[in-house]
Amino acid sequence: MSVTYLEAIRAAQARALAEDPRVFIYGQDVGAFGGAFKATKNLIAEFPGRVLDAPISEDAMMGLAVGAAIEGLRPIIEMQFADFSTAGFNQIVNQAATLFWRTQVPCPIVIRLPGGGTSGSGPFHSQNMEAVYAHYPGLVVLTPATVEDAYSLLLAAVALEDPVIFCEHKLLYYHLKAEALPNEALPLGKARLAREGRDLTIVTYSAMVHEALAVAQELCLEGWEIEVVDLRSVKPLDTDTVMASVARTGRLLCVGESWPWGGVTAEVIARVVSEGFDLLDAPPQRLNAKDTPVPFHPNLWAAHRPTARSIAAAARTLLRS
Amino acid sequence: MLLARVAEEKIASLYRAGKIHGGVFLGRGQEALSVAAGLALRKSDVFAPLIRDGAGRLAFGEPLIDAVRTYLGSRLGPMRGRDGNVHRGYPREGYLPMISHLGAMISVVNGVLFARRMKGIPDVVGLASVGDGATSTGSFHEGLNQAAVERLPLVLLIANNQYAYSTPNHRQFACRDLADKAAGYGVTCHTIDGTDFMECLRVLPAVVARAREGGGPQMVVARLLRLCGHGEHDDAGYIAPEFKTSALGRDCLHVAEEQMMQEQAVNAAELEAWRTETMEKVERVIARVQREPAPDPFQEDWRAIQTAHLVEVSASANPVDSRAPGAPQP
Repeated sequence: MSVTYLEAIRAAQARALAEDPRVFIYGQDVGAFGGAFKATKNLIAEFPGRVLDAPISEDAMMGLAVGAAIEGLRPIIEMQFADFSTAGFNQIVNQAATLFWRTQVPCPIVIRLPGGGTSGSGPFHSQNMEAVYAHYPGLVVLTPATVEDAYSLLLAAVALEDPVIFCEHKLLYYHLKAEALPNEALPLGKARLAREGRDLTIVTYSAMVHEALAVAQELCLEGWEIEVVDLRSVKPLDTDTVMASVARTGRLLCVGESWPWGGVTAEVIARVVSEGFDLLDAPPQRLNAKDTPVPFHPNLWAAHRPTARSIAAAARTLLRS
Repeated sequence: MLLARVAEEKIASLYRAGKIHGGVFLGRGQEALSVAAGLALRKSDVFAPLIRDGAGRLAFGEPLIDAVRTYLGSRLGPMRGRDGNVHRGYPREGYLPMISHLGAMISVVNGVLFARRMKGIPDVVGLASVGDGATSTGSFHEGLNQAAVERLPLVLLIANNQYAYSTPNHRQFACRDLADKAAGYGVTCHTIDGTDFMECLRVLPAVVARAREGGGPQMVVARLLRLCGHGEHDDAGYIAPEFKTSALGRDCLHVAEEQMMQEQAVNAAELEAWRTETMEKVERVIARVQREPAPDPFQEDWRAIQTAHLVEVSASANPVDSRAPGAPQP
């Protein structure tokens, strides 16, 4: 028996609904239809009255979640695509993210963002929003790369007293499989060593972890040992694990599927340079998508985002420097 | 109404004396409507006031000292200097602190009502207060539509004071009357003269009762004129003179006083005594708050999330600058 990344997300939600009567799911087409990606399939039948279709009103969906969280409930909001969360942006960053600081009343909401590029999805169904939300104080931003993390981080997110931006990668939904759901997990906020090595550290998260692992495998045949750090959570960012890895390897390549300006890769490099400059044997490098909207056509899309090929090229250059 | 008027006038004078950080926003001209809204609600209801609802806040049960503390930035106030002036409340008590983005509180009220329904708490009404400007926002549309779809006991109170900051109604919307919008949402609308205290006192409890009885969302459009600037920084030179001399421009507080004297509920001497008493009360509260401690950056936890162990401690974060004005010297 195996379980996909998407099934893990559905299973985590089913478990959260079963174990905590305060949990409910609100989003477009999440009810009888089971969600655009089927992440809530059959949940309405198992939990009647607690899985609700929302009008196409991202702003009001988030506002309702804040009101319900104030009342002690634990809403899970499904944004149909991460890209559409910008239509609810105000309520996320100004209402949910400021509530605790302003009033000391916690705001436990999980906002599920199916994001990331897939071939043919184009500019408005492919975006990665983690950097934008991580910029705002008051939000926790999670980026699971594995089936196990999709499950355990989602459960941890529901249990948290703070608003969580849960970045799911659509490319992993159907293809990424695990043998079974995990029984235990790394704590939230800790990065994971996805592969150990001594020559170069690749720090990345979400779908890019798998590209980085493929690169590590490829470069292994050339005699290089690449360490891969999967951040799991971009906010908080586990600087300690990153720094410990860079201390071992002396070389850092940071990879993100998001756009280059600012963002997670810039943050990681800024921290390593300012707090661990003397650990570096070469200037740290970063690889991101191109600074354009995400293209529709597969030829363009494949060249827009980092891939194993472009990551390997960047890694080889860095290893030789 | 009187307490709100007197307190706000006093706060405005402190603003002119340079003793208030940030803006001051008065409810002058809107007190009758606002107080009627506050009085129509029970303590167990939900209230999301906006900037001109000082009177409604008091009527809903906010102690005067909370308003003064928030304006003066007292550490003992509900927002402890983290937020100021009209941004105050106690969310867990159904008294929601507004954010500045207009219309955004409507769906938050919906969420509280939705949650209480889910928890099986009966007989709750939520009242969200907005102005004519908010009716142009997407949040207004989404919030009202959502309340209608969920058939929530929402009362959406629209104070049409003719100007959103400086923008007149005809640059804000093109329908004949804001009340016409309600039909598009499948919502009942009530139109009232917001300068008429007795009418406000009569209509708002009836509207709140309709929502409480399961009548679904109710919209109220009140006509009035803002008798001050948007904030105290604004001289409101843009308000058309003909408005000021029209029935809309009459002062609802004077109307209320006349109506109460006509009803023989009060006489002129008693009114004068109320005014004196109210002034003394306001002076006392302000004097007390002026002696209270200001927020201290060294005692702030600078923590935006509840989960302490997930707070980022970055060496690049800006340390508290001991040279900042008002910061205690180490």
